[in-house]
Amino acid sequence: MALIRLDRIGKRYGVGDAPVEALREVSLEVVGGDSVAIMGPSGSGKSTLLGILGCLDIPTSGNYLLLGEEVGRMSRPELAELRCRRFGFVFQNFNLLPRLTALENVELPLAYARQRPALRRAKAAAALARVGLSDRMSHYPSQLSGGQQQRVAIARALVNEPDLILADEPTGALDTVTGREILRLLDEVNAGGTTVVVVTHDRDIAARMRRTITLTDGRVTSDSRAQVRINSTSPVRAVFP
Amino acid sequence: MRTTDILRTAARALRGNRLRSALTTLGIIIGVASVVVMVAVGAGTQAAIKDEIEKLGASVIMVIPGSANAAGARLGAGTRPTLSDDDAAAIRDDASGIVTAAASMAGVAHLATAIDNWSSGVYGVTEEYFIARDWKLVAGRQIDEQDVATGAKVVMLGATTAEKVFGDADPIGQTIRVNQLPMEVIGLLARKGQTMDGSDLDDVGVVPLSTARDQLFGRSTAKTRSVSMITVKAESEQQIEEAIAEVREVLRFQHRLTPGQADDFRINNVAESARLQEESSAALTQLLAAIASISLLVGGIGIMNIMLVSVTERTREIGVRMAIGARPATILAQFLAEATILSVAGGIAGAAAGFAGAIVAETNFGMRVELTGEPVVLAFLFSALVGLVFGLYPAMRAARKSPMEALRYE
Repeated sequence: MALIRLDRIGKRYGVGDAPVEALREVSLEVVGGDSVAIMGPSGSGKSTLLGILGCLDIPTSGNYLLLGEEVGRMSRPELAELRCRRFGFVFQNFNLLPRLTALENVELPLAYARQRPALRRAKAAAALARVGLSDRMSHYPSQLSGGQQQRVAIARALVNEPDLILADEPTGALDTVTGREILRLLDEVNAGGTTVVVVTHDRDIAARMRRTITLTDGRVTSDSRAQVRINSTSPVRAVFP
Repeated sequence: MRTTDILRTAARALRGNRLRSALTTLGIIIGVASVVVMVAVGAGTQAAIKDEIEKLGASVIMVIPGSANAAGARLGAGTRPTLSDDDAAAIRDDASGIVTAAASMAGVAHLATAIDNWSSGVYGVTEEYFIARDWKLVAGRQIDEQDVATGAKVVMLGATTAEKVFGDADPIGQTIRVNQLPMEVIGLLARKGQTMDGSDLDDVGVVPLSTARDQLFGRSTAKTRSVSMITVKAESEQQIEEAIAEVREVLRFQHRLTPGQADDFRINNVAESARLQEESSAALTQLLAAIASISLLVGGIGIMNIMLVSVTERTREIGVRMAIGARPATILAQFLAEATILSVAGGIAGAAAGFAGAIVAETNFGMRVELTGEPVVLAFLFSALVGLVFGLYPAMRAARKSPMEALRYE
C-alpha cells in the first residue's frame, strides 16, 4: 500500500472575485521509504502541497489517503495526533522555540505525545546525538549557528520516529557547505527507512532525491524518477554497499 | 501534554515577559486588595456596632412612665409616675419570653470622699437589675434582697465614678457620702465603656431601690411605690418583639386600661437604633465590595486584552507547536493556564496587599477592621474564575488557528 495517495487534490485560497487556485487536481502516490523532491517556481504551490501532505492544511477538494485512511474525515485532534506521530517537519527558517533550549525543543513533540519526562529526555538526547549536537543540548537557539539550529530542527522532526519527514527549503537559509551537511543528514534519515519529501527550487538538491515532482501553477507538470543515483556518496550505497 | 508540562510552559511564557505579566496582574491585585480591605473595614464597623448593642443589652427593653397631660399640654415621657414595683413584679410573674424585669429609679447625686468629690447618675435598684442589664461585678458584692428590704446604706460604683472619688485607692468597704448620706461602698461594677454618642456608662453609682426612694430622691407624693424605669430582659434578641408585646399586655392589664385607651407608659427597644445602624452598615459594606469587584472585572478585561495581543504575537509559535503535534485542546489549555496563572498570582498578591492595607487602615487611621479568611478565599476564587473566563476567548482564538496559516504568519 502506498504511504500517501492524493486523488485530485485542489486547494483554493480566498473567496469572492479573485480566488487563488494554489493546487489543481493534483494526484500522486508516495511509497514508503522513497525520497521525493517537489520543485517548481515561486507560487507554483510547492509549499501548499507540502502543507497538505503534512496535514497542516486541509484541501478544498479531492481525497487524501494516508496509509489507506481518509484524512479528510479526521477531526482536528486526530490530525494533530497524525502530525505528532507520523510526520516530522523541517522548515527553511528552522522554527525552533526561542525560549527553549535545544534539548527542550527536541523534547517538545514527545511532550505532546504525552511521554514521561525521563524517557523524553533520554530520547531527545539520543536524537541530538544522532545529529551531532550532544555538546549543545542546553544552548538556546540564539546561541547556535544556522546549521546547528537546523540540525536541532531535524532532531526534533525525528524524535517521534515518524514515517515521513517533510522539509520545506531546508537549506534555503544556509550557506552551501552547511546546506550540504543538512542534506547529508536527510540522506541518512532516508537511508534508515524514513520517507523524505523536500520542497526546493535547487536542482542539486532535487538531484539527490530518487523522485522529482515538478509543479507549475498548481498542477503536476512532470514526475520523474532518477535511474541512476548521481551522488556517489549516496548513503543508500554507504549503508548497503 | 501532561498538566505539569502545560503549567510549566505557561509559567515560562509569562516569565519571558516579566514586566507585561506584572502590569497585567496589577489590575487583579488592585481588585482583590480593594475587595479584601472593603470587607475588612465593613466587618470592623459591624463588629463595633455589635459591641455597642452588646453594651446596651441586645435583648433589653426599657419601660418608662407615660406622659402627664396637664390641661391638654402633654409634658413628655416620664412625667407621670405610672410605673411601680408591682408592675415589675407582674411582668416577672406573668409575661413569658423574658428573663427578668427590674424596677429602678434614676437621679443625680453628689458623691464625696476625703479624697475627692463627683456628681454621678445614681440608680436605685433591686437585685434583678444586674441580671437585666447583664452587669457584672469586679470586686465586692452586689446589692441583694436584704439590702433592698432594709434600705441599707450601701452603694456600688461604676469604674469611672470610683476613679473620680477614690483615685487609685481601693473603694471597697470605704465610706462615701451620697448627697450627704454616708454609705458603705460594697461593690465595683465591671467597665461597660462608652456608647457611640459618647455617654459614659461607667459614670454611675448604684444603691438599693428602697434607699434611693426613702433617703436620696424622696417618694412621689402621688404614688409611693412608683419607679422611674423598669428594665426587662428578653430571653433572646430574636424574641424581643414578642417580649415587648407581652410586657405591654401585662402592663395594660395592671393599669386597667380599656382597649380604646392609649398606653400610659412607653416601651423602648434599647438596641433597636443600633441594630438599624448595623443593617445599613452591612448594606454599605456589600455595596463597597460590589464596587471593588468591578475593579476585579476591569482587571479581568486587562488580562483578556494582553492575552489577545500575546496570541497574535505568538501566532508562529502556535503554528510550530501545532506542526509538531500539539492538539487544539493543548494549545487552549496552555493559553488558559497563562491567563489563570496571571489572575491567581494577582489574587494571592492582592490578598496579601489587602491584608497589609487593612492593617494600615487599623494602625494609621484608627479604623476598626475585622480580617477573616472568608473574603480572602472568595476574592481568590473569584480572581481564578476571572482568569478562566477572560482567558477563554483568547485561548480559543489560539486553538482555532489553522497550523499552515499560523506558520506563515509574519
